[in-house]
Amino acid sequence: MSTEVAAPTTNAGRASARDALKENLREYGLVIALIAIMGFFWFTTNGVLFYSVNLTNIVLQNSYIIVMALGMLLVIVAGHIDLSVGSVSGFIGAVGAVLMVDYGMNPLLAAAISIAIGAVIGGAQGYFIAYMKIPSFIVTLAGLLVFKGLVLFMLGGRSVGPFPTEFQLLSSGFIPDLIGPITLMAPSLNAAGAPIPNSGIILHSTTLLVGLLLVGLMLFLEIRSRRERESHGYEGEPFVFFVLKNLVISAILLFLIYKFASYRGLPNVLMVMAVLIAAFMFMTKRMTFGRRIYAMGGNEKAAKLSGINTERLTFFVFTIMGMLAALAGLIYAARLNMATPKAGQGLELDVIAAVFVGGASALGGVGQVTGAVIGAFIMGVMNNGMGIMGINIDWQQMIKGIVLLGAVAFDLYNKKKA
Amino acid sequence: MSDDYILEMRGITKTFPGVKALENVNLQVRRGDIHAICGENGAGKSTLMKVLSGVYPFGTYEGEIVYEGRPMRFAGINDSEHEGIVIIHQELALVPMLSIGENMFLGNEQASGGIINWNQVRRRSSELLRKVGLREDPDTLVTNIGTGKQQLVEIAKALAKDVKLLILDEPTASLSEKDSQALLDLLLEFKAQGLTSIMISHKLNEIKRVADRITIIRDGQTIETMEKADVTEDRIVASMVGRTLENRYPSRTPNIGEPIFEVRNWSVYHPVHPERQIIKNINLNVRKGEVVGIAGLMGAGRTEFAMSVFGRSYGTKITGEVYLHGKQADTSTVGRAVNAGLAYATEDRKTYGLNLIDHIKHNVTIANLPGVARSGVIDDMGELKVANEYRRKTNIRSSSVYQITGNLSGGNQQKVVLSKWLFSDPDVLILDEPTRGIDVGAKYEIYTIINKLADEGKGILVISSEMPELLGICDRIYVLNEGRIVGELDGREASQEKIMRAIVRGETSQDMIERAAS
Repeated sequence: MSTEVAAPTTNAGRASARDALKENLREYGLVIALIAIMGFFWFTTNGVLFYSVNLTNIVLQNSYIIVMALGMLLVIVAGHIDLSVGSVSGFIGAVGAVLMVDYGMNPLLAAAISIAIGAVIGGAQGYFIAYMKIPSFIVTLAGLLVFKGLVLFMLGGRSVGPFPTEFQLLSSGFIPDLIGPITLMAPSLNAAGAPIPNSGIILHSTTLLVGLLLVGLMLFLEIRSRRERESHGYEGEPFVFFVLKNLVISAILLFLIYKFASYRGLPNVLMVMAVLIAAFMFMTKRMTFGRRIYAMGGNEKAAKLSGINTERLTFFVFTIMGMLAALAGLIYAARLNMATPKAGQGLELDVIAAVFVGGASALGGVGQVTGAVIGAFIMGVMNNGMGIMGINIDWQQMIKGIVLLGAVAFDLYNKKKA
Repeated sequence: MSDDYILEMRGITKTFPGVKALENVNLQVRRGDIHAICGENGAGKSTLMKVLSGVYPFGTYEGEIVYEGRPMRFAGINDSEHEGIVIIHQELALVPMLSIGENMFLGNEQASGGIINWNQVRRRSSELLRKVGLREDPDTLVTNIGTGKQQLVEIAKALAKDVKLLILDEPTASLSEKDSQALLDLLLEFKAQGLTSIMISHKLNEIKRVADRITIIRDGQTIETMEKADVTEDRIVASMVGRTLENRYPSRTPNIGEPIFEVRNWSVYHPVHPERQIIKNINLNVRKGEVVGIAGLMGAGRTEFAMSVFGRSYGTKITGEVYLHGKQADTSTVGRAVNAGLAYATEDRKTYGLNLIDHIKHNVTIANLPGVARSGVIDDMGELKVANEYRRKTNIRSSSVYQITGNLSGGNQQKVVLSKWLFSDPDVLILDEPTRGIDVGAKYEIYTIINKLADEGKGILVISSEMPELLGICDRIYVLNEGRIVGELDGREASQEKIMRAIVRGETSQDMIERAAS
């Protein structure tokens, strides 16, 4: 009876590989779900889904959802909810329109002021939530009503537009082709000698270049971080998975880039989104600010007793959400080319659905930026695909509701099994 | 003695993905006995009880349960309760904002056609409360009574279900000495009335006092079952850890320097009832390399004192000064207290200590993120190195630092909490019940860590309800009672009697003052 109770000396490397795999399984599952859904609609729409113009449309239609989903992810990970984002985005769109159209203000200045107002709105709600300890559900429900009313009050039932052309470019512009187009296949000419639209293949070369650079950068970063892990004795996911994952992602990206290049290039708004997504991924994964949000959402009391200023953190999270809602409102207004009293209504539900489909936990502490973005695209592709198929809006709503419930149920089932 | 078994569990094997939690466990419980189950944390005691009570339904485990001579196949906890098997979990399952009566008949409402008969609820609950010796109005909200009384409500609730086999999972873990004694007396009384109980416990003196037979479980296997007459503390400990613990407290030669931590004239009032003074003008100090204990009964204000010092995390109208290295320190927020060199490891690691849904690595660094980051950006590999270093230093048993802390045993969770505070590199550590609910082997490891920290020149303040523990590891012990210090004892001269005497004397002198004042 003198056997020492030794620590179970499992192979640390293999164990951590398994953990890493488990950690990523969810994200793989989401990507696979998105691919499956796109495949389904490719089939049911006879390939229309993948037309270059349609893919561009999907991005434009969902840009403001994704922008807000980034902020909503922080809010939900922090253990809160923001119901006001739809109304706030509508309100800011109207503010921007009044400044630019009614007062003829410079679009850049007007946008900056609009986003600053968004920050103040978010901060004010954050103040009530963080320091007055009023549940976020109530504060932002109040915000939803207040800003919905404010838009009506400010616009008085009229629609304000059109916007200056420079501002419209935010949502309807494409990056300029600095190098000049590459003609792979000359368009055929009609009897009058003019080129027939959509015939031939002319590629937007700057888009190709930017795309290739991005894919290259992504692969470089992935390989470097894996090397670094390995040099510290921790392999990530199994090598085959690593290669397969990067191959699939690169292939998808290259395919999309080719599609964009063969239409009008990368939309401006996609560039804005890409920068924001990258910034939020970095913030959540690598910055102390992001880490503290996860810690607070996971156990607020423990975070507080670890020296984290949870009040200030909550305040900042809602301030960021307000700024993103403002930006989304501008994008939305620029896309419609006017501000309407109904703009933004109900968007909060799409945004929240995207974050939950993307695997965030309603209890806080769990959720990834990539998940929220993919979740938004899953919902967006469904909207788009069902629209092309001519499915009525009533059915669309029901199907989306069931997908949301199904996605979260599937997630919980998997967690229980694990 | 004829062996009339009320319960036999034969060859129970329960596997979780990747882990064999129980392997061929056999348990025989005689009718009318108090049967104790002992084992280190993570040994499989709670799993075994979950198999028995149907939390893990029939089919998810191998083996056989024979109860009252019949094989049982429970599909859920309702089935086992129907047979009179009632389990009281370590974490109490009472709803705080409901009354005692409502809690007692939760899921078992005194109703016909869905309409609750409140008169019957009151009558029956008063009756059952009398049986467990609790004088409380059944309409009192559970949140307004102490943990000891809540435990009694749980037992009354079990009695309401017509219990034949009562299972208690560490019933005294969060009770004061007095409440524990009362609870054990109650168990003995029930035994006299013929009730069979199974008690899971870490506390060897309690087991020796009430148990008729003891089964030891280690690493998911039954090691042995012994009769009361054969039991010695050493034998239990040896079976539990698989080795003889010569000394439960590692020895240390103290090397004590000048005071590094001082609290002067510290007073705190209750956060909800600001007229109630919880901490009354406390003065204490900790010297370099010294382990100082705070003894006292439950409710003496020990945790409240520590939390109010650590970033005013408890109480209102806080007055007094804190000195670190002889200079007055600002500890008005947790962040400032940490920066000043203070750390506080909580008594309740699940609620206040850990992010249970995140892994070890993130929990270890959360109190000192700047230590692994540069201008707000975390150095991933640096963080991994730190986590691995502390995992090794505090001997955390896990597959890797990527294991979720919620899946660790109590002892290992406590080591993660300690690691977190060690990495914040404090000069003074306040450890609140550092070994609560963890097994003998892990306790020894924690004591070793404490000693090492003291040897490194840190000041350690240990709050504990287990007096032998304080006597075993402290150089000096303050006795706290009703918010004031009523004694200061040298570690070598201190004894349980002296501590208790200080508490009793403190009470009487206080009574005299109050009487004089009124």
